[in-house]
Amino acid sequence: MKVLVAVKRVVDYNVKVRVKPDNSGVDLANVKMAMNPFCEIAVEEAVRLKEKGVVNEIVVVSIGPKACQEQIRTALALGADRGIHIETDAEIQSLQVAKLLKAVADKEQPNLVILGKQAIDSDNNQTGQMLAALAGMSQGTFASEIVIDGDKVNVTREVDGGMMTVSLTLPAVVTTDLRLNEPRYASLPNIMKAKKKPLESISPADLGVDVTPRLTIVKVEAPASRQAGIKVADVAELVNKLKNEAKVI
Amino acid sequence: MSILVIAEHDNSSLKQATLSVIAAAKVIGGNIDVLVAGENVAAIAEAAAKADGVNKVMVADNAVYGHFLGENLSQLIVELAEGYTHILAAAGSTGKDTMPRVAALLDVAQISDIIRVEAPDTFVRPIYAGNAIATIKSSDSVKVITVRPTGFDPVAAEGGSASVEQLDVVKDAGLSTFVSEQKAKSDRPDLASAGIVVSGGRGMQNGENFKMLEQIADLMGAAVGASRAAVDAGFVPNDMQVGQTGKIVAPQLYIAVGISGAIQHLAGMSDSKVIVAINKDEEAPIFQVADYGLVADLFEAIPKLEEELKKA
Ligand SMILES: Cc1cc2nc3c(=O)[nH]c(=O)nc-3n(C[C@H](O)[C@H](O)[C@H](O)COP(=O)(O)OP(=O)(O)OC[C@H]3O[C@@H](n4cnc5c(N)ncnc54)[C@H](O)[C@@H]3O)c2cc1C
Repeated sequence: MKVLVAVKRVVDYNVKVRVKPDNSGVDLANVKMAMNPFCEIAVEEAVRLKEKGVVNEIVVVSIGPKACQEQIRTALALGADRGIHIETDAEIQSLQVAKLLKAVADKEQPNLVILGKQAIDSDNNQTGQMLAALAGMSQGTFASEIVIDGDKVNVTREVDGGMMTVSLTLPAVVTTDLRLNEPRYASLPNIMKAKKKPLESISPADLGVDVTPRLTIVKVEAPASRQAGIKVADVAELVNKLKNEAKVI
Repeated sequence: MSILVIAEHDNSSLKQATLSVIAAAKVIGGNIDVLVAGENVAAIAEAAAKADGVNKVMVADNAVYGHFLGENLSQLIVELAEGYTHILAAAGSTGKDTMPRVAALLDVAQISDIIRVEAPDTFVRPIYAGNAIATIKSSDSVKVITVRPTGFDPVAAEGGSASVEQLDVVKDAGLSTFVSEQKAKSDRPDLASAGIVVSGGRGMQNGENFKMLEQIADLMGAAVGASRAAVDAGFVPNDMQVGQTGKIVAPQLYIAVGISGAIQHLAGMSDSKVIVAINKDEEAPIFQVADYGLVADLFEAIPKLEEELKKA
């Protein structure tokens, strides 16, 4: 079977971003960028399915500026077979990302689409569900286990209160949670090999998708900052403060 | 304006988060209806009808909604959507699963995790793990929104007298079926709405040691949470994870034990009223947000804390 994996280029998770002085957004100049961690988990899962012999082709797709090709190459080095870059410098919001991915899915006809559950920049947690809706597919969100079973996939999901396993009819969309797997690192030979793997570049217009945003960012501000408080000497002082000063116990 | 609120519940009780979503709806203003979809939910519908500010409760009581499968729920909500200017749900696992699907079916954007309402079309939400706060304006005809419950004080659970209407809409998308679930049973308060939360991190070393935290939690009527590192290491179940990609909490008191204070963890708890950090490393970033910091070995501090709390 064929798997489509979507990956997003985002600010590295170790970076503490700063808001721009004009409140138009966050400052991403000279900031380290990387593949969204949940997308790394998605790529890893696809590669493991291929290693198990369940999957025979992994197509990886990314949407954004030219630089996204770095993240596609990373996915290729990790074991994806072929890349599709939907190139645009415009800000593309979740619904439009889902429409672009739907157009790719229509062409590629994957049996399974794996995405991260959320991107750590916009923190939306929307795209996978939207793609599933547009494509009329089933969805297994926040996955911590994926088991292919004939024309079904069993997905164990991290939900409020614990875990839930659902059986989905293929083709399905799965979004990854943190416990699905631990992504590997790309080896040097594989990074070299990835450079020769096919990477096609297309535009949103090629796919016939209108990417006009529906949401406008009015402003972006820094959060109210918390002041560090005091250090207490011992547990007795802590309990005393909580009782008599903060009055929370 | 007319607002549809999707009730969050587990087929046994209405979650407090629903009352916070109704509070957000009240800030938007206008007529507020609530949809209770699930299985054997008569009592939940009754509870929703008593919530302050609700006009009408619609009940879709059917096995196809019993496990809150997003494929089915989204079709039901879309069927009811006409006439509503806003559709709101709590940003819990059901809302996050279902609402983007609803939005896409309606061909509108979805706005996740709002913490404030500026105007009926303008909302405030954290991005980048809470390191930036965005104000967002929607040009869509219907606003499909998930609400971060900690951003809105819940409306009163009693006092309302909404009408209750039974729906006869059965939507089975036929795409997914429920297989099984493992739900952690606990007599402690719900992590997301508890007044006090005691969380442990990698410093706890193993799951057995979390019993120490449970004991102090029980003395204070607190819920127990954890960092991602503690969950990944298998010390505690996944649904105890507090943070950017776990649960968002904002209790009166948050006690972080053996947690370093990574930005992803802070994103889930930095709106707590009072933060206590117990960590043996005085340089740990958690101390930068803590009102009261105790630099100590937790294996000495926690038994002492238990003793002190017992004295009280
Ligand atoms: C995509 C992504 C999403 C993430 N989402 C989340 C999230 O939602 N929530 C979350 O928490 N993390 C999240 N993380 C992980 C986060 O970056 C940190 O790795 C994690 O929070 C660290 O957990 P910790 O503080 O328990 O462990 P550590 O950082 O290892 O800290 C352990 C602390 O315990 C202290 N300690 C050790 N022994 C003792 C002792 N005997 N007495 C006292 N103190 C002691 C140490 O001094 C140290 O400060 C995410 C990461 C990524 C990449």
